[in-house]
Amino acid sequence: MSERTPSGTRDVLPDEMRELRALTDRTRGTFEAAGYGEVYTPALEFERDSNAATGPGAASYRMFDERGNVLVLRSDMTVPIARLVGTRYSATPGPLRFCYVAHSYRSVGSHRGHAREVLQAGVELIGAPAPEGTVEALTVLCDALDAAGLTGYRVGVGDATLYPVLLERLGVAAERRSEILRDLSVGDFVGVESQLSWLGLAPEDAELLISVPRMRGGPELLAGIDPRLADAAGGLRQVYDALPPRVAERVIFDFGLVRNLGYYTGVLFQVYDDAIGEPIGSGGRYDELLAQFGRPEPAVGFALNVELLHTAVAGEERDG
Amino acid sequence: MAELRIAVPRGALMTETLDLLQRVGIDTAEVRANDRKLLFDDVGIITMRPSDVPTYVESGAADIGITGKDVLMEQPERDVRELVDLGYGRCVIVLASEAGPDKAQEALKRLGVVRVATKYPRIATNYLESRGRQAEIVEVKGSVELAPLTGMVEAIVDLTQTGTTLRENNLVVREEIAVSTARLIANPVADRLKARAIDALLERVGEH
Repeated sequence: MSERTPSGTRDVLPDEMRELRALTDRTRGTFEAAGYGEVYTPALEFERDSNAATGPGAASYRMFDERGNVLVLRSDMTVPIARLVGTRYSATPGPLRFCYVAHSYRSVGSHRGHAREVLQAGVELIGAPAPEGTVEALTVLCDALDAAGLTGYRVGVGDATLYPVLLERLGVAAERRSEILRDLSVGDFVGVESQLSWLGLAPEDAELLISVPRMRGGPELLAGIDPRLADAAGGLRQVYDALPPRVAERVIFDFGLVRNLGYYTGVLFQVYDDAIGEPIGSGGRYDELLAQFGRPEPAVGFALNVELLHTAVAGEERDG
Repeated sequence: MAELRIAVPRGALMTETLDLLQRVGIDTAEVRANDRKLLFDDVGIITMRPSDVPTYVESGAADIGITGKDVLMEQPERDVRELVDLGYGRCVIVLASEAGPDKAQEALKRLGVVRVATKYPRIATNYLESRGRQAEIVEVKGSVELAPLTGMVEAIVDLTQTGTTLRENNLVVREEIAVSTARLIANPVADRLKARAIDALLERVGEH
């Protein structure tokens, strides 16, 4: 039997569509109420814009238009909105608040049931530095998840600079750092440990570097922090201290959280729920991305995967 | 019900895995006594073939699991976290061919491509490509040793523990590709949401 739609894509029929629509209406309502105006950008964009922001290779789908321009299908909404801000709002004073409910396009591994076409609902907050901007983004995130009806979720919060800075400070050479961070980004802790044990570091430094990526937990993690880490975790503490209690109680600190997208520069986060085995959404600070589009300003944002969110809400209802 | 659901591999790694779980305080008697049962909810154990362990752990159907490094190398796209090298179940992934003049070398030299039978197409392809050798990978499900003996291929990539099966089939190891041992893996979400239970288990594993 031939496939009806390309692998990783699918049709949505009325029953499911009604539920998805209700979900996106609720999250969009939260975003709008918090002052985030909805925007839409073209699914097709110039490859040069995509490359300028994230380096070559971020986009999975390329094509030519009738004049020979290379076009790509956007791989997320953050880069298009950065481009939009740089071109359409170049003289408007910040902070700027935008939200979206739109599809992005990714490549998929074999046999995984992952989607090529991902429906995302998210926000971008431009011109709001850490920690206030980060606090606002985390608050809107939790409000949107509450509005979606998800009850058991937690937000893992880390800092893209924490572990790289610690590696550097303890004298790990640049080349080794990038290899260690690569192992960490794919969750290969056995690889991280074996690399660190061969570096000839002082035993107590090696021990710290092995244990830090495994540190995850509540605020007690910040309270009992190793002095060699205190500086690097300062950004996390500032954010946590300013969070409203309903958001703070959702937070899990994760010192091993490293960036999966090239443009994250500081605090980053992921949304977890017991009902589903992968993160429902993610976000973080990207303080250098806007400079690529002529408006150097700090920024933060997040995107929820609407279909995973729907699955998680349904899973919580099922598990009672 | 148990705090964590653990995916346990059937086959060569099973006995040592159950011994380990027993030592860290999980009652494995029922699992040992029931060869056909697959789900043991009281102690949180599910059993499956080793190559299915990353699938169950990635989906979150199991929080953690134990499987061979060979399985993880063959399924690199699985989003699971590799937490501990458990050390047991040591095997070597090798490139082997018939004893005597190496037919694989001969094929590469004269035909420019070598045919390789394997149950590990990803590992074989990555290894040969990284060495700049062109290979035609033939995926087989059963005894790989048969493939070179019948002339279907010039070499195999397979897992060997002692080399006995290879020797009995007149095959010799030409190159060692990687060493594989049992690994403890975790689902990335469970590793955050059930951090305390997982860390407690890891600590007990470290002591034994």
